[in-house]
Amino acid sequence: MSYVKNHNLVPKHAKLSEKDKKQLLEQYHITIADLPKIFTDDPAIQELDVKPGDVIKISRNSTTAGEVFFYRAVIEGV
Amino acid sequence: MEEYLNKKVSSIEFGFMSPQFIKTMATVKIVTPELYDKEGYPVDGGLMDIRLGVIDPGLRCKTCGGKLKECIGHFGYIELARPILHIKFVSLIADMLKSTCRDCGRLLIPKQRIDTVMEELDRVEKEAGLVARRDKIKEIISTTKAIKQCPYCKAKQKAILIEKPSTFLEEEKRLSPIEIRTRLEKIPDEDVVVFGINPKAMRPEWSVLTVMPIPPVTMRPSITLESGERSEDDLTHKLGDIVRINQRLFENINAGAPEIIVEDLWDLLQYHITTFFDNEVAQLPPARHRSGQPLKTLTARINSKEGRIRNNLVGKRTNFSARTVISPDPKLKINEVGVPKIVAMKITVPERITEWNKEYLKKFVEKGPNSYPGSNYLIRPDGKRKRITDETKEQILEELQPGFIVERHLMDGDIAIFNRQPSLHRMSMMCHRVRVLPALTLRLHPAVCTPYNADFDGDEMNLHIPQTEEARAEAEILMDVQTQLISPRYGLSIIGATNDSLSGMYVLTQKNFVVPREEAIDILTAIGVEDFSALPNKKQITGRELFSTLLPEDFNFTGYTKAYKPGIDDADAVVHIKSGKLISGCMDKANLGEGQGLLLRNLHKYYGSEFALDLLGKIFNLGNEVLLRHGFSVGIADVDISEKGEAEITKNLTQAEEDVEYLIKTYREGKLEILPGRTALETLELRILEVLNKARNKTGKLVSDTANKDTDIMRMIKSGARGNLLNIAQMSACVGQQALRGGRINKGYTDRTLSVFKKGDLGYAAHGFINRGFKHGLRPYELFFMSMTGRDSMMDTALRTPKSGYLYRRLANALQDLKVEYDFTVRDASKKIVQFNYGEDGLDVSKTEGGTINVKYIIDTMEGD
Repeated sequence: MSYVKNHNLVPKHAKLSEKDKKQLLEQYHITIADLPKIFTDDPAIQELDVKPGDVIKISRNSTTAGEVFFYRAVIEGV
Repeated sequence: MEEYLNKKVSSIEFGFMSPQFIKTMATVKIVTPELYDKEGYPVDGGLMDIRLGVIDPGLRCKTCGGKLKECIGHFGYIELARPILHIKFVSLIADMLKSTCRDCGRLLIPKQRIDTVMEELDRVEKEAGLVARRDKIKEIISTTKAIKQCPYCKAKQKAILIEKPSTFLEEEKRLSPIEIRTRLEKIPDEDVVVFGINPKAMRPEWSVLTVMPIPPVTMRPSITLESGERSEDDLTHKLGDIVRINQRLFENINAGAPEIIVEDLWDLLQYHITTFFDNEVAQLPPARHRSGQPLKTLTARINSKEGRIRNNLVGKRTNFSARTVISPDPKLKINEVGVPKIVAMKITVPERITEWNKEYLKKFVEKGPNSYPGSNYLIRPDGKRKRITDETKEQILEELQPGFIVERHLMDGDIAIFNRQPSLHRMSMMCHRVRVLPALTLRLHPAVCTPYNADFDGDEMNLHIPQTEEARAEAEILMDVQTQLISPRYGLSIIGATNDSLSGMYVLTQKNFVVPREEAIDILTAIGVEDFSALPNKKQITGRELFSTLLPEDFNFTGYTKAYKPGIDDADAVVHIKSGKLISGCMDKANLGEGQGLLLRNLHKYYGSEFALDLLGKIFNLGNEVLLRHGFSVGIADVDISEKGEAEITKNLTQAEEDVEYLIKTYREGKLEILPGRTALETLELRILEVLNKARNKTGKLVSDTANKDTDIMRMIKSGARGNLLNIAQMSACVGQQALRGGRINKGYTDRTLSVFKKGDLGYAAHGFINRGFKHGLRPYELFFMSMTGRDSMMDTALRTPKSGYLYRRLANALQDLKVEYDFTVRDASKKIVQFNYGEDGLDVSKTEGGTINVKYIIDTMEGD
C-alpha cells in the first residue's frame, strides 16, 4: 500500500523507456553511474516495477521554471 | 632544460619494511656513534657519513654526486644486536600473540568457522567501511581469549599480559622479543589475513626490528652556531644513543657477559628505539636534552598543531602580505585601500628594467631602502638577489642595465588583494588600488564594510600584493571591487549607502529641502564633482535637484520608498526618476540600501560597473556631506510624548496590569480555563505573557501615533539608517517583558524571583515586566531582570556563532568543487551529475535583477524587428 505517491509534495515518478534512457545518456555524454541515484525500495517508485539499471524521470513543478525534469538511476536498495 | 615525468599513482600499499628491504634501500651500514673526526670531517660509518646526503654547502654526496639541495639524502641502517619491538606496533603484536597458538602459531578459531568469519568481515567492510571491519576484528580477537586449547594441535594456551609500554608477560614469565619474533614467524600466511595484513606484502614478524633504518642527514641537519660549534639535530642525538648502546650490547654478548647485564642493555636499547619513534609514550619518561627539554623525535615531527601536516602542509604562509587594524576613510575611492607608509616601504613590487623605463627605475635605486619611494632589492638576470643599502646603492647604480629587476616600494595605484576572515563568500577577497597614506592602519571606504562584514572596533584585515603581471591581470579582471558589485546570491547591489549616508540622502531628498546655489556647488566640490552644468540656473537649489545632478541624463526609474504600502495615496512614497531628474519620492534604504531595490541594480545594468561604482561613491559621500552641513542630533526630548499620549499609554498599561491581576485571581480561585495539555500554572503564565505582549505592542502603536515626527531620531528610522519604532517605544513608554527561555523570569529564591517580593507573587512586576521606558530609569529589580536576560542572550550568541560558523564551513567545503558545465549541468569533481539544469531554471543570479529577468525591458530595447 503506497500512500506516498499520492502526497501532494511527492513529484511524479515515471520509468524511462530503454530508448529514452539511451538518448538521455547520449545527450549528457555520461554513463548510468554518473546519474543521481534512487534505491529500488524507495517508497515513491514501489508501483513502477523497476530493477537496478533503470532510470526514473521525475517531473517537478518549479516556482521559477515551470515543469522541470530530473533523472535518477535505480540502484539496489539496502 | 628541465625534464618532466608524468606518472599516475595507481595504488598505495601500507605495511612494514622487511629487514631485507631496509638493507637494500640503505647505502651505508652505521657502525660507530662518532660523528666527526679531529678535522671535523664526517666519520665513515658514522651517523653523519657523507654517503647519507649532504648538508654542507660545497660538499658533494658520495652516493649520488648531488650538491646541497640537489641530493635528497639516502638511508643507512644498523644491525641490532638483539631484536627490538617497534613501539607503534605493540598493540598489533599483542593482538596476534593473544589469538594465535603458542605452539603451532595457528589462529585460535576452528577450521570450519574461519571461513564464516572471513565472510562476515568482508560483509562488514562492504556495508560499513574499513573502520567497522577493524572494530569487528577487535571483537573476534576478544572471543579467542577464552579459548584454552588450540583447536589444531591441542596445545594448552596461557594468558598473555602486556606490561606497558612494551613488555609481554606469559603467566608471570617474561617473553623476550626473540621469543615474540619466533611466535610471529609461526603464524601461517592464511591466518595473517584476519589481522588485516596482506601476506604477499609483509609478514607480522617484521614488526619486531632486527635491523633499523637510519634516516638521511638531510632530514636531521646540524646547525653551525656563531661560535663555530656544531649543534646536532634531536634525531641525530637519539640515533647516537641507539648506536652506542647497540655497540655495547654487541660487545657484552661477545664477551659472554652475565645475562643480567645483557638484559639491562637490551632494555635500554628498547627504550632508546622507542623514544626515537615516539618520545611521548605514556609510561616512559621522555628522553631529554641536557637542558631538560624533551627531544622532538619522529612522531612529534608529524603530529599535532606544530607538526608537519598541520603546520607545513595544511597551513602555508605568504610573503608580500600585510595585516593590521583597519579604520574608515570616506575620502578614499571605494576601490582603494589605504596602506601605511612603513608597510609600503617593506612590501615591494618587482619591475623589470627595459631601455624605456631605465631612467624611471633608476630613481628608485637612488632613493635606496630608507626613503620613500625607493627600492629594497635588485635581482640580476642570473637570479642573484642583491640588497640595496645606502652603502651599496652607488655600486648597484653603475651595474644597472636592461634585464635586471628592481623591487621597488609599493606606490599609489598598485594592485592589491584585500581580505577579511572569515572568507565566507567571494566578496571577502577583493582587488583594490593602493593609496599610500601616513599613520599605521589599513584604510578602506566605509561602503565596502558590508561585503567584508567589517567594522572598526579593532578588526584586522590582510593585504596581498600580486608579484607577476599574470597575477595582477587576473586580480584586476576577476576580483576588482566593481566586478563584485552585484551579489551572486540575490542579484542586487551588495554595496549601498549606510548609516549617516542614508540619513543624509533622506534629509536631502525631502520635498522642502533647499540650499543656496553657492552651498550646492560647495557640496558637489566636496564629493568630487567638478562639472556643475547639470545644476539648474537658480538661486535656490532643491535637494532633489542636487541629487539629480549625479544621475545620467537618460536614466528613468520607478520604484517604491520604504514608506510605500499598497493603497496609500502618497505621491512621495513612489520614486520617479525621469530623464535623470528625481521627480518624486525620497531616497531611503529601500532604494539606496545594500541588497534592496532595483535603483542601484539598474544603474549598474545600464551604465556599467565602473560608472555604478563611481556613482555609488558620490552618492555615499553626498549623504555624508549633506548631513555634516545640515546637522543631525538626538536628545532625550526627541522621545518625549504629549501629555495626551502619555495618559493613553498609562491607561493601556494599567488596563493590562488589571487584566493580569484578574487572571491571577481566577487562577487562585481555581476558575481559570485550562488550555489542553497544560497545567493550570502553565496556562496562567501563557495567558499573562499574552496580555503583557499585547499591551506592549499597543503601547508601541500609541507611541508611533503620538511621537513627534519631526525629530532626527524619526528621520533615522524612516530612512532605514538605524533604529525602529520599537526602540522609541522602549525608550519613551514601556520596555516590556524580560523573557528568559521563552517565558517570564521564574528563577531565583524559593517561590520568588528576588527577596524584595512576597513569596508566591505572580504579578507582572515580580516576573520581569518593565512598565516604563528607559527614559524614566529602571528600578533596581528591573535592572537586575534586564541583566539576567542580557547575560542569557550574550551567552547564547557567544555559543551559537562558532557553531553556525562551523556548520557553514562544512557546507561550503562539501560544495566547493561543484561546477556548472558547458551543457548547463551541475557536476561534481568526478563529473557526476548533481543537477540537470543549474538551480532548475539555469539562471545566473548575478545577471538577474533580484532573481528575475526583465523580459519587458529586453523586448523594448531590442533592435530591428
